[in-house]
Amino acid sequence: MIKYNLAELTAEFEANPIGHHSPALRHLLQKLRSSPTKGKFVLVCTKPYREWVLATLTGSRKNPVKLNKRYVFNDLLEAERFVFRRRLKAFTRLEEDQ
Amino acid sequence: MTRARYITGYSDPMSVAPGGSIHFYVSAEGVTQYRADIVRLIHGDLNPAGPGFKEKVVQTSVSNNYPARRQNTYPGSCIVIHEKAALAALSSFTLQAFIWPTTPQKGRQVILGRWAAKQRSGFALIIDETGAAALLLGDGRRVETISSGLALREREWAFVAATYNTDSGNAQVFQETLEDHVVLKGRATAERLTRVKPRMVNRAPFTISAGFSHTDDQRSVFCYHYNGKIDRPRLAGDVLDSSTQISFQKHRPQPEQENIALAWWDFSENMATTTITDRSINQINGETVHLPTRAMTGHNWTGHTLRAEDAPEEYGAIHFHDDDLYDSGWNISFTLDLPDRFRSGVYAARLKAGEIEDYIPFFVRPKPGRPTARLAYLAETATYMAYANFNVLHAPETEPWVSRLLIVYPDNLLAYQHDEWGKSLYESHSDGSGISVSSRLRPITNMRPKNNSPFGLHGSSLREFCADTHLIDWLDYKGYACDVITDEDLDNEGVELLRPYAAVMTGTHPEYTSTHMWDALKAYTDQGGRLMYMGGNGFYWRIAYNQECPGAIEMRRAGGSRTWITEPGEGFQSIDGEPAGVWRDVGRAPQRLVGTGIVTMGFDIASYFKRLDESHDRRVAFAFEGIGADERIGEFGLIGGGAAGLEFDRAEPHYGTPPHALVVARSENHTESYLLLLEEMGAMIPNIHAPENPLIHADMVFYETPKGGAVFSFSSQCWCGSLSHNGYNNNVSRMTSNVLTRFLDPAAFDV
Ligand SMILES: [Fe+2]
Repeated sequence: MIKYNLAELTAEFEANPIGHHSPALRHLLQKLRSSPTKGKFVLVCTKPYREWVLATLTGSRKNPVKLNKRYVFNDLLEAERFVFRRRLKAFTRLEEDQ
Repeated sequence: MTRARYITGYSDPMSVAPGGSIHFYVSAEGVTQYRADIVRLIHGDLNPAGPGFKEKVVQTSVSNNYPARRQNTYPGSCIVIHEKAALAALSSFTLQAFIWPTTPQKGRQVILGRWAAKQRSGFALIIDETGAAALLLGDGRRVETISSGLALREREWAFVAATYNTDSGNAQVFQETLEDHVVLKGRATAERLTRVKPRMVNRAPFTISAGFSHTDDQRSVFCYHYNGKIDRPRLAGDVLDSSTQISFQKHRPQPEQENIALAWWDFSENMATTTITDRSINQINGETVHLPTRAMTGHNWTGHTLRAEDAPEEYGAIHFHDDDLYDSGWNISFTLDLPDRFRSGVYAARLKAGEIEDYIPFFVRPKPGRPTARLAYLAETATYMAYANFNVLHAPETEPWVSRLLIVYPDNLLAYQHDEWGKSLYESHSDGSGISVSSRLRPITNMRPKNNSPFGLHGSSLREFCADTHLIDWLDYKGYACDVITDEDLDNEGVELLRPYAAVMTGTHPEYTSTHMWDALKAYTDQGGRLMYMGGNGFYWRIAYNQECPGAIEMRRAGGSRTWITEPGEGFQSIDGEPAGVWRDVGRAPQRLVGTGIVTMGFDIASYFKRLDESHDRRVAFAFEGIGADERIGEFGLIGGGAAGLEFDRAEPHYGTPPHALVVARSENHTESYLLLLEEMGAMIPNIHAPENPLIHADMVFYETPKGGAVFSFSSQCWCGSLSHNGYNNNVSRMTSNVLTRFLDPAAFDV
């Protein structure tokens, strides 16, 4: 079982959410991003290059996304950071349970 | 989410010459009328960091308001038997076939028969609601189902038969698997006396793999579509005993069977076409609807050969899908009659209804043999068709693949809400089998200006059509005269289409190539033509254009790095019998055509190129005029912030990069999102990410070809995204200009 230095990896991700990452951060991101389709965080682009709304995938083709209009982003990197923190929280809770 | 208001459509053809006509087919919901105009498309990218959206309205007779209405699409393949006389007298009968059902539990599915659903009339051998073979009878009032009672197993061959005796009212069903699983029941029969005498509805034809529903505006609408393969369907006008049924399973009828058989359909005949051949003396031939997949392995496939032509008797199956689609069949909404003089270019019918809009792109090519410029841009329409309605957001591995959050765009949502418009060649049918046919006779929601893709890079997340407008815009800004031709034109006309041009430019992603196209491009460069390969992942998959059904292509994912895999024995194209899959597997790696071939793809950010020693060879000095020896080339750009990224290619002499080719620049510093292509490893290797694998780089290549021709390959899909940086004044724009200027210059190359 790999031991993550979560404080360090969080700092690394927050500094640069999209781009080059260390092997340890890459490993952690693979876990965070591999959640099943249903309930997975995605963004819905509501204004091109300007506005993205947080949403989750439903798993159905007809209505694939459920919007969460409380979370509207004007910066994609902010959205990445927000979802990272949310997922990390759930992930550490899971780790503690085990 | 409620059903979205939309307006959309398609054109036919997609490429038209001056003096010709192009029809537009529009459907809309939630609006009553719309305004249509023809526009010349220049720059489709809305990114405020770039030059912004550019279009020019062209005055044509199209400009007007039009009433909006919804036009329906009815997907699902089947076979229609038009013959009615020979079938009219049918009273007692036997129906039989081998089947390989892929969704036996989806509900009622017709295998073969004559069933009028609205009138509850006729007869058919079906899979019933329990997944068992059954005989369905209807007299217009009463419907009776005689079921074998044994559920068919998914993707397992079974023989199914049904008989009906009109005198006694005796009805029988028989079902037997071809796989003996010892502990599982594999055989079942049912027999019953019924008082339901099947009544025929005149306008309902005999069909295979669907029943008849109704007609909508003269279009036949079918229902109860079957998913899976059908092999050797037979029809007799009598009750056949079981030994006669077995004799009817043979590939060809014997004289004694010919006298009893009403129809002996042989799917291994005319596999390249829509024709269904009856081998009985009655010749009750049929026709496929919506292009089901032909040249499929039958119940008796041995694996001794992988090619249908070598053993047609083992390739008697057709795979039907309830979501196959060839022609949406809409009514014409308006037509553009092009005057005799009309500038070649990339155009669109712009549809506007208040806030809602759409663009239907099309291409105006010059008249055959009448070029209007010395440069041609080859629009990658085969790639646009392959990626049509590309939508894989729901796959759990998608986000790890793109290395950033998935972004859903309006076209994704529209395509998801309209599965009836069909999916891309990257996806699977509703039964999980890969999609091997694409058509342009349907809305393609992602072949649009202003389009972004979840599979682009950070920044301008553009791919295919919209990404290609970066090049169109640059040509326009720089004032290069240019004819536009398309993949489909090239497939039709071959090298004659290219010959008049001093130079030809590809788009950013010319991935799908037919044999005619490949041969034409090779002949062009071998006969003095000059080719600029402006993208990445070019000339990778082999396709075939369907000559009988214009606007359809076939592609099978046999080999290569792929999102689905052909079933064993089904790796040959049905249209031309050629080996399907990636060109490299038939000795024509992209390196043989343009010096480089795909090595990787990634979806986060891009990088830059640096010059290599060979760039200082005087043979290629023209390309580097004004470029410093240590300059980073393309360390900027709308797509991912660099000129090297998304999907890119490397040189490899073993695959066919010519020995005299100069590898003049190479990209570096790619992220871990870029993974090594499957074909680049024989066995599994651990270093598959760019930072650890030295093969993962883009190579820029130049070489001369016979008779004064030449090839220059930029080899990256992002290259054109960097052209407009800093007011079009940058080293990517300069190099592109350098090469193009030299390629248009008739002077021979200094070899
Ligand atoms: Fe591709």
